Amino acid sequence: MPRTIIPFGPQHPVLPEPVHLDLVVEDEKVLEARPSIGFIHRGLEKLVEKKDYVEFVYIAERICGICSFIHGQTYCQAIETIMNVAVPPRALYLRTIWGELSRIHSHLLWLGLMADAMGFESLFMHSWRVRERVLKIIERTTGGRVIFGTCKIGGVRRDISGDALKQMLADLKQIEKDARDITRVFLNDSSVKDRLCGVGVLPRQEAYDLGCVGPMLRASGVVQDMRQLGYAAFKDLDFAPITRTDGDSYARCAVRCEELFQSMDIIRQAAMKIPEGEIAVKVAGNPNGEVLTRTEQPRGEVAYCLKANGSKNLQRFRVRTPTFANLPAMLKLLPGCELADVPVLVLTIDPCISCTER
Amino acid sequence: MTPLPQDQSVEPIPVSALLEKVDALRKQGYRLVQISATRLPDGLELTYSFALEGRLAQFRLHLPDDNPRVPSISSIYWCAFLYENEMHDLFGLAVEGMAVDFKGTFYNTAIKFPFGSTKAPVAKPATTTATSASSAPAPTPPPGSTTATAT
Repeated sequence: MPRTIIPFGPQHPVLPEPVHLDLVVEDEKVLEARPSIGFIHRGLEKLVEKKDYVEFVYIAERICGICSFIHGQTYCQAIETIMNVAVPPRALYLRTIWGELSRIHSHLLWLGLMADAMGFESLFMHSWRVRERVLKIIERTTGGRVIFGTCKIGGVRRDISGDALKQMLADLKQIEKDARDITRVFLNDSSVKDRLCGVGVLPRQEAYDLGCVGPMLRASGVVQDMRQLGYAAFKDLDFAPITRTDGDSYARCAVRCEELFQSMDIIRQAAMKIPEGEIAVKVAGNPNGEVLTRTEQPRGEVAYCLKANGSKNLQRFRVRTPTFANLPAMLKLLPGCELADVPVLVLTIDPCISCTER
Repeated sequence: MTPLPQDQSVEPIPVSALLEKVDALRKQGYRLVQISATRLPDGLELTYSFALEGRLAQFRLHLPDDNPRVPSISSIYWCAFLYENEMHDLFGLAVEGMAVDFKGTFYNTAIKFPFGSTKAPVAKPATTTATSASSAPAPTPPPGSTTATAT
């Protein structure tokens, strides 16, 4: 059988966003994958020359519609580090709660997309049904479902009352129950296991060398989670990175499933420990200096490099998103796989092209 | 939980020392976090960031405006080819020896080198922006991969 090139994307049923792969195949075996990205590069980093550093929070939040809050939070953290702003502790706890809610809804979104890619439509619908409840909590506490708009330099714009926190914890109890039912299927159903177990194995050392981040890296056994840096309220909270050692698609799915419950636990801890007090401080002047700030998004480490020269516009705003870091691993995983496994392997890195094409 | 430390210092180095420095970090077990370019009035500034657990190591290169070029570190960190192709397409930086070279097709931007290059940004010809991935120059295959023939 001669070799053939099969185009995969940029428009494809499993891809919500455009990315293209030229798959070199022999029979049903993929021999090589040649990527093309950059179909929707938006040049948001360049906008920093037109928007002042306070306004730019809104741009940072719009880098991605799934992890938008953590983008805004990371940008604010970076500016606060340059300007030595002491953010009130209550604001740090609120940021932690909203960040973990983002992680839950992002992982549920991914679980649904993965179920859809496998043709398990009822599991897809259940995953998104539960996700909707998380979005309702977010809407109730921030006013938004996609863009929260609550983070600002020096703190947050909105508080969560004691009653709202109690309601959130009660809702989380029901969400946890439903999520356990769903993850039980993901982790035990034979048809899911057939599609994921042993598919796209990424050994520990290779995952590290390729610069992988997030669940992609932890599923290969590397203990790395930027929340260990202790930003926001994480320095006061107990948690340990969730890892697996198999490094296959099933392990990556399992890490995301377990992280759902870890995030719920972190929210409960934060709700118990959240101090009373101010939620923001006034920030005056312009930033002068540079910083590299890293946080843990649902898809992994995001790195923000900011450079300021004392004017109201930053000199440079550079974002390295988790998907950008996980793309090389995807290219390494595809050669040798079956053509039918390509959608699973592409989805297994939880690709966010919107982030990558910032 | 005890927070991990973070050192933000950046070490300026000459271009000639880049590969040696990066190789030394690789041998110590550091991973590549990011490479960023910044347009300055008198040239281009590159920052290479590496991390090992909580520790950061950062290098800085200052390149003159006249024909900036830098060796690729993708022979040491294979994943660096993404950052290097990005710097080429956005800033017009010539990176020599990339493991996977997209030859300027990594980002489909309306203008060439939109983040500023030594030459003024110019509009790409319409045919270039409309180039499909399949007709674009094929990137150099990753080391060890099989050379394919289209049929």
